[in-house]
Amino acid sequence: MTSPTIATAPKGGETQWPLWEVFTQEEAGAPHQHAGSVHAADAELALQNARDVYARRNEAISIWVVPSVTIIASTPEDVGPFFDPANDKAYRHPQFFKTPRGVRVF
Amino acid sequence: MTPSSPQSNGPASTDDAERLATFEKRIAEGGVIEPKDWMPPRYRQQLIRMMSQHAHSEVVGMLPEGNWITRAPTLRRKMTLIAKVQDEGGHGLYIYCGTETLGVDRAELIEQLHNGTAKYSSIFNYPTLTWADIGIIGWLVDGAAIVNQTMLAKASYGPYSRAMIRICKEENFHKRQGYEICATLAAGTPEQKAMVQDALNRWWWQALMMFGPSDKDSPNSAELMKWGVKRKSNDDLRQRFVNLTVPQAQAIGLTFPDPAMRYDEATGDWHFGEIDWAEFKAVVKGDGPCNRERLAARRKAHDDGAWVREAAEAYAAKQRAARRAVAA
Repeated sequence: MTSPTIATAPKGGETQWPLWEVFTQEEAGAPHQHAGSVHAADAELALQNARDVYARRNEAISIWVVPSVTIIASTPEDVGPFFDPANDKAYRHPQFFKTPRGVRVF
Repeated sequence: MTPSSPQSNGPASTDDAERLATFEKRIAEGGVIEPKDWMPPRYRQQLIRMMSQHAHSEVVGMLPEGNWITRAPTLRRKMTLIAKVQDEGGHGLYIYCGTETLGVDRAELIEQLHNGTAKYSSIFNYPTLTWADIGIIGWLVDGAAIVNQTMLAKASYGPYSRAMIRICKEENFHKRQGYEICATLAAGTPEQKAMVQDALNRWWWQALMMFGPSDKDSPNSAELMKWGVKRKSNDDLRQRFVNLTVPQAQAIGLTFPDPAMRYDEATGDWHFGEIDWAEFKAVVKGDGPCNRERLAARRKAHDDGAWVREAAEAYAAKQRAARRAVAA
């Protein structure tokens, strides 16, 4: 297992390990979903901490840990223009189209 | 709980007034606020205060119970108590990481706990004198926490509410674990029954205090309710807890140390006597029976664990160096 190199910044003698976001998969075929986060010195410990914190009761069959600093997220301020392209394309939804009368099951 | 980027809450302007209006409208409509959304500085502060106190309470809550792991009467009781204490540590972590999304460091919060500037639930400043106390804590203290946390699962701040949903699922195990201990003792020898009744007598009023000051004396309640962090008042939650608990006590033949307790036909509520708020205030201020002992134990645990943190850090650094050497 490889762990990306992340700068660790000890604070006043206190080690604040990097933050990792935890994604868990509940069952085969289900998507990995965000469960929370953990602090850990490296990827292996992050994975073990994530197991101990987020999967004590068989909540997961698979876990991903991702360094929080590597996540790029959209911002609430840009939500309007960012998702704009979807707004005026009602024809992407099946309800946009008319089916002839008499066709019940489509 | 996405990486936080606390935006500057700059000087008040017409811009802020507009944003505040949008924010309050969103909450009024039952919307959820996420870490990167604009929020009033005061909302952020109140959440940091409340969530960190909650996280500290989970962590300090391990201490009175940890005391009884080596003294549990059977292997089954020992295993379940260890599992419960492990959960409390996990709960602390869920809430600390929720608090970090508000732009505050966990190390900073833990430092505030250790130097005595942060508060935690005053219930953990009372001693656990007998094994029955462990039963009573699971039944009453975790039971009260469930009533409070079920409401907080609908809090307006996403990371807090998600942590609470996760916690509520686990607290049910704690409450049943405790109630089973109490029911077993109550059905045991006269000495065992007397021991569990004594524990109930000592913890009952403190459990009621867990819901915080009465509505008329609660400085933060109105604001927290306006912003949807809390959905019910302290007094409403306390009443709900009493109504749930009385029949459970009756079912196992235990009584309450409250001569004023009676059923009110009209409201369907169990009426209870006056809480000793002077005691509550003294314990919150740091003058409870175990405040100093708890903090000393917490600090010692943290200091004694320093070598583990250092070793993990050294190992990670060594691995990074080894990878760099391979890559070079």
